[in-house]
Amino acid sequence: MADEDYPNDLLYHPEHDWARVDGDVATFGITWYAQDQLGEVVFYEPPEVGATVSKDQAYSEVESVKAVSEVIAPLSGEVVEANSGLGDSPETINQDPYGDGWMVRVRLSDPSERDSLMDAEAYRASLG
Amino acid sequence: MATAGTLRRTPLYERHVAAGARLVPFAGWEMPVQYEGIRPEHVAVRTGVGVFDVSHMGQVETCGRQADALLQRLLTNDVRRVPEGGAQYALICNEEGGILDDVFTYRLAEEHFLTVTNAANHEHDLAWLAGHAGDVDAQVTDRRDDFAMLAVQGPLARALVLGLGDGPLPPRFHCCQRSLAGVPLLMAGTGYTGEDGLELLIDPDHAPAVWDALVLAGAVPCGLGARDTLRLEACFHLHGNDMDEHRNPIEAGLGWACKEETGFVGAEAVRAARERGTPERLAPFRLTGPGIPRPGNPVVGGGVVTSGTLSPCLEVGIGLGYLPAERAQPGNEIEIDVRGRVRPAVVERKPLYPPPRKDDA
Repeated sequence: MADEDYPNDLLYHPEHDWARVDGDVATFGITWYAQDQLGEVVFYEPPEVGATVSKDQAYSEVESVKAVSEVIAPLSGEVVEANSGLGDSPETINQDPYGDGWMVRVRLSDPSERDSLMDAEAYRASLG
Repeated sequence: MATAGTLRRTPLYERHVAAGARLVPFAGWEMPVQYEGIRPEHVAVRTGVGVFDVSHMGQVETCGRQADALLQRLLTNDVRRVPEGGAQYALICNEEGGILDDVFTYRLAEEHFLTVTNAANHEHDLAWLAGHAGDVDAQVTDRRDDFAMLAVQGPLARALVLGLGDGPLPPRFHCCQRSLAGVPLLMAGTGYTGEDGLELLIDPDHAPAVWDALVLAGAVPCGLGARDTLRLEACFHLHGNDMDEHRNPIEAGLGWACKEETGFVGAEAVRAARERGTPERLAPFRLTGPGIPRPGNPVVGGGVVTSGTLSPCLEVGIGLGYLPAERAQPGNEIEIDVRGRVRPAVVERKPLYPPPRKDDA
């Protein structure tokens, strides 16, 4: 499992999701804290390319042996790419939550939504 | 957490914290759900040896000239067939045949029994036993605070315990007094994992020394998470999930633990269910594609999942669920509604693990 980390170049949603925004496209995933709380991820089904995701709404689920957790979209838009490799190796979400454990790339419908997200310092503070 | 102050802690709490356990509330206790992870702990028990702190389990002592008569009335199995040093699984039913708890009873002496209860049901079981003891020569005593309990489980469990003990080990479904690492304790050939192993009932003050000796000798600390996946692969019932007071032993597939001729409380209702059959039956199943079934998921066309997980050994979703009786036969194809996604599954025989060898079929 990766060491605890909240990279400074990401934006954070209070439901423990991150976004890496690049123009009008953003990559989403779950934070180190989220995967640590969940434990070993054993099941993940990527959403379909073309699906619409809405900020603060679930777009997929991650499952550990014991629990199911919704994955919340930090921003709104349309899925343009999904990390299909996670279906076969969901443990990547634990091992590399900000790298190979990314979940979807989304073409943002309202890039200004990013202003409501936290930076790394604020997110880290929110964890107490 | 607001309730943390009211949770009970076992004598091994400090050991769990030191070992990096994730502690969660369970039936009023603060218990380790995992240390390294559910899957490695599960595999340790299937391939080596693991140790579980199950001190949340309760104990009720029944003594006296008519102790066997009292238990014969309240337990569904034939207590009188248990020899001294024997152990037996049974249910406690109400008059309607509803399952109040499932318990293991150890016969320590002719007139001396110790019954191990589920944590969530302990106080009710104790009151139920004591409430029926008024007109018989038997004393029912709460012994929950007098025992810590460890389960040492896995194919290497017996060798490990033998190396730390002072004599031969009890066979399966037997018990005896032994010393382990110099600590006197009650040792039983029982468990809840589908593997061979032993359960140890220990003076709480001395339990940490026994735990340390077991871990030093190579037993892997295992949490309640692995305990649940192991028992589910073995198709052992969990009271509160797979049966409760609204289910009778016949529909739960526990008719083998009921001897109606003994006249236990609920025997008439159980006899009627056995003779007439039940509309639903508890059956094990595995998914034939992706997904993980969870308790409460509906079965398409009728029925409900009562336990579900990803099987660490089979690497597919498995579960137990109540199905319409005509659909509960092994090989029958069913579909589980997992939060809106229909997941195909097949009814299996017990146990799900180890799977039956092909040439046995």
